[in-house]
Amino acid sequence: MSKVTRFSGSDPGAVARVSGFIAHLREHGFRLGVAETETALRALSCVNPIVPSEARLALKSVCAGSVEDSVQFDMLFDSFWMADGRVRHKVIQIKATAELKDTKSTRTDETQSTAGKGSIEAPEDAKDGEDSYAEGTGKLVASKTQNLMKKDLRELVSAEDIRAAEQVAIRLGKALRDRRSRRRNVARRGTLIDLRRTIRQSLSTGGDPLHLAKRKRPDRPMKIVALCDVSGSMMNYARPFLAFLAGLIRADSAGDAYLFHTRLVRITNALRDDDPLRALNRITLLADGFGGGSKIGANLQQFANGYARNFVDGRSVVIILSDGYDSDAAEVIGTALAKLKRRGCKIIWLNPLKGWQGYEPVAKGMAAALPYLDAFAAAATLADLAGLERTLERL
Amino acid sequence: MTSWINLQTSLDRVGYVASDDLAAALHISITLGRPLLLEGAAGVGKTEVARALATIQNTQLIRLQCYEGLDASQAIYEWNYQRQLLSIRAASEVGETGSTVETRIFSEDYLLERPLLKAIRQEKSPVLLIDEIDRADEEFEAYLLEVLSEFQITIPELGTITATSRPLVILTANGTRDLSDALRRRCIYAHIDYPNRQTELAILASRCPEIEARLGQQIIGFVQKLRQEELEKVPGIAEMLDFAAALAGLGIKDLTSDPAVLQATLATLLKTQADRAAVPIEVAARIAGKAA
Repeated sequence: MSKVTRFSGSDPGAVARVSGFIAHLREHGFRLGVAETETALRALSCVNPIVPSEARLALKSVCAGSVEDSVQFDMLFDSFWMADGRVRHKVIQIKATAELKDTKSTRTDETQSTAGKGSIEAPEDAKDGEDSYAEGTGKLVASKTQNLMKKDLRELVSAEDIRAAEQVAIRLGKALRDRRSRRRNVARRGTLIDLRRTIRQSLSTGGDPLHLAKRKRPDRPMKIVALCDVSGSMMNYARPFLAFLAGLIRADSAGDAYLFHTRLVRITNALRDDDPLRALNRITLLADGFGGGSKIGANLQQFANGYARNFVDGRSVVIILSDGYDSDAAEVIGTALAKLKRRGCKIIWLNPLKGWQGYEPVAKGMAAALPYLDAFAAAATLADLAGLERTLERL
Repeated sequence: MTSWINLQTSLDRVGYVASDDLAAALHISITLGRPLLLEGAAGVGKTEVARALATIQNTQLIRLQCYEGLDASQAIYEWNYQRQLLSIRAASEVGETGSTVETRIFSEDYLLERPLLKAIRQEKSPVLLIDEIDRADEEFEAYLLEVLSEFQITIPELGTITATSRPLVILTANGTRDLSDALRRRCIYAHIDYPNRQTELAILASRCPEIEARLGQQIIGFVQKLRQEELEKVPGIAEMLDFAAALAGLGIKDLTSDPAVLQATLATLLKTQADRAAVPIEVAARIAGKAA
């Protein structure tokens, strides 16, 4: 952490380095343009840029635009400026897949053996008082079973998958969305004239109705919030589900997506990236520890206490994609879902195992969840997901 | 000694304890003349930043509270219709011609300033606080972007009004909806979190100096423990200060001394029925015991 990257002697200078850093951020999905490079340079002139911590504060305030960004920013900052081996290697690894296909495997192995447990979960992060996972009120869930092996999502999901999933997501969205209200309310660009209000407003203009107040029938769209389990036991199904999440977010501007294994990660912003493959790259960075242990209860709890407060209401449908095999106590799932349910949302649990012949929801976690579910269905492939249309229409 | 540390100390002097993140971001946003976007849970002191900044800069604080359906006439300007009508009536009795009446009733005298217009027409740069921007519609957000980048407002009847002084703009959001990328890009960003123990002690000491150090330690310990409980509404800094004031008002010297009084003062911290039920008298006493 403390070592500062040494740049070679031929390096053209500070301005070029900062723009190099901005390019580095851009490569990892930050939406920054030339104007931001300029702002970043000016911001650096406001602080003492020789001190790394001050430079970090200045660049962070310009480049990061949300909580998720700030977490990612810290890692990328370390990798670029603080000669942080592991993350930097990982960057090379991503490039290597694109350019040098043959050398990729050996390099990856090397990275993993030499760098070992890198700084992303290293305790020194927390010691610095820069709690990287400062999301909501939830605490970082124990990372004991975290799988440190890197899985590249691009091996799992292709662009075609996403396109197909987008179609499915659009159809599911339509099935949910056609919920128009019977009431009419005030709208600036409504279709009907609100006579009562127009006449009331005309009083202030001496009886001349200068302002026409309008009304319309408001849409009451249902919002899909999807939580996908990517723990080890779910890896076989990760492909269609991840594609589905990507499709969902691309098709629906109100959609919201999360991944969980040993911790919960919001991936909505990452998925909004214009380039679907780069979006997956960003998720690989965010969802470090993919394919590790499962802590469904703790994650749902964290979701119910944190993100759900802002993003789940009576017009939300929460879709949980998980097999229900949990290493926590089963009651935790029950209480978390009860809490979620109190927000007035619908909860759908899609379990890939349910399609198996003779499957009974005997996994304790699943049994605890059942009373709170509005629908419990099988889904292991994209086709299964597409078949859900009927179920959703009935909700 | 860099200047953002100076800013941090002067904020400290007016009773606002700012984190490094926040102080640096605030300093950058003032120096570059960019708006500052603050995000964080309710009750961590987002709005208070603006008030403290206005105090140090010794300038006016202009506040625009956003809500769903906020429109231009409430945020920017509106014509004073009643006055215009009276003026027209009066003019017709005197026999004034149409065009002179028209130029008169569409002059500055008949314009009602709303916060945004008011902010750009001040002599001395004010602090403009746009509170809870995520509650306003996306259309308003787009309009706001234009005002914030150009600092000028066009009124069709009067022409374009350009800012006489650039206000220091602070926007706050707490995640009712996602803000647009365009707005985020235009702003300097800082996230405010619940303070750690030391920071919160400092806040308590600067706001309620009458509280003794030992009780202060207990209060902060208690509130920080309480935040880790499963609560619907996590108590913020304002609640903590209310709690401290309530204890001081009741003349309590030690949190653990009287569980019944402690339970009564919890009304300042726990604001829903479920939360009250989740922290019964024994639990409160136990947490207080641990905190002491």
